Amino acid sequence: MVQLTSTEREIAEGRDGPARAMAMRIVVETARMLGAVRLVPIASAHIDGCLYHGDSGTLFAERLVEGGGTIAVPTTLNVGALDLLHAGRVRLTPARAAMARRMMDAYRKLGCRPTWTCAPYQAGHRPRPGEHVAWGESNAVAFCNSVLGARTERYGDFLDICAALAGHAPETGLHIAENRRATLEIDASALDPRLVAEEAFWPVLGAWLGETASGRIAAFTGLPRQIDEDRLKAMGAAAASTGAVGLFHVVGATPEDPQLAPQHETIRLTGAMLHGARDRLSTARVHQGERVDAVAVGSPHFSFEEFRRLFGLLGGRKLAIPFYVCTGRHTLDALESAGLSDELQASGLTVVADTCIVVTPILPANTGLLLTNSGKFAHYTRPNTGYDVLYGSLADCAETAVAGRLVREDSLWR
Amino acid sequence: MMLVLPGSAEGRVLKVPSLSLWGGIDPASGTLSDPVLPHHGESVAGRVLMIAEPVGSSSSSAVLLELLHSGKAPAAIVLGRLDAIIGLGILVAREMRWATIPLAVMAPSDQTRIADGQMLRVS
Repeated sequence: MVQLTSTEREIAEGRDGPARAMAMRIVVETARMLGAVRLVPIASAHIDGCLYHGDSGTLFAERLVEGGGTIAVPTTLNVGALDLLHAGRVRLTPARAAMARRMMDAYRKLGCRPTWTCAPYQAGHRPRPGEHVAWGESNAVAFCNSVLGARTERYGDFLDICAALAGHAPETGLHIAENRRATLEIDASALDPRLVAEEAFWPVLGAWLGETASGRIAAFTGLPRQIDEDRLKAMGAAAASTGAVGLFHVVGATPEDPQLAPQHETIRLTGAMLHGARDRLSTARVHQGERVDAVAVGSPHFSFEEFRRLFGLLGGRKLAIPFYVCTGRHTLDALESAGLSDELQASGLTVVADTCIVVTPILPANTGLLLTNSGKFAHYTRPNTGYDVLYGSLADCAETAVAGRLVREDSLWR
Repeated sequence: MMLVLPGSAEGRVLKVPSLSLWGGIDPASGTLSDPVLPHHGESVAGRVLMIAEPVGSSSSSAVLLELLHSGKAPAAIVLGRLDAIIGLGILVAREMRWATIPLAVMAPSDQTRIADGQMLRVS
């Protein structure tokens, strides 16, 4: 039985109009399904439900607009199905593009910030440690809980906007301190430090975690105390793709004390365990020098720092194959402010803004071979685009794009 | 088997060891789209979809809502453990006054006693 306050009950009964009432009913019904005893007020929301999967989602969002819906807390938007900055980038049929556009418009009309990014935490939306929020998008949830130390469950599409309208979420799961304690220790101290220093190590570690944790909260020990935010972002995205990982701790690097119980399982991580996880991020066996059709990076959305690293790796060389970089408008604005727009233009990179290559049709064919440095792209490219996928580092992506053939540094993975 | 969201349905069981509805089912056709999964290419419409380990994406509710709206949804869904994101697709369909389906939870150890393809009533 969910205990509602008088305010919560009044909202559900229509005090603030039909849209907030419907939103509150869905929040309360979800709370009941989960066995929550009450709701928790939230400070902000991030909405994943604005991505077009079919007309049903558009009709739902428009129902909320028709019901006079407005958000009750500051709210950012995840990617849509269209690149609003680059006309023609997305190959949706006109009918589906129109419905996707109607959906994006509806979410804007509800008062959400049109950030259109899966990395809202790099677009200025950073809840404080311990703050309750309602976030959607599995990578954003993992980052919010693990790296920021704020508290969110993994909100599914539609519950995210319902929580934003109602200003409340079910008090369940990762909102409750007890459920955030680690029950699994992963001792990484035996790993080769040269491997840990590699950027390409982190998505593999995440993919392995997702495969291994199966619902448990893990605490890593023996990893560096200073870990670049983009590495944690890539790790969380991979973990949330291969498994239902909403929170992980890295002792010394993430803000929350994992409070490992005295009796807990410990896994001593070895390089060999990670080699298997890395192999599973590729769907094809391809040798050095074989043809690759395209390169894609930016899941989660490429940051300003990642762009700078990529510019450095490319060194102004000409690209032999398409190189897609998925990013948010916040990063394009930052590049412009830093005077790097011309360098971006001259690089030959194909910028995808507001969306990405695995959520909407962008790649030119229905089959091919794609190289990525993203564990999340590696996981979703084959089922969502038909392309086979190879996993490599950002440096591998740059060298392969210049050569038009696979150039991959494998020495640390043997 | 414990019913999480109400309803009554019968169908042939379609068993998958683990599945994210987003990325695992094509929302337009209702077919299993992940080539590494058993039953790749089969439609989930009218089946009792039994998922031992539900995984991954927060967009699974959107895929299920789309299948419910287009009439290509499974007859029922049985999960190895509760995944509220899947239940949410059904809750939203109910608010939209579209047809809904029952959602149940059955421990993976109990699921092993159910044969792939057998008829099963969920109510």
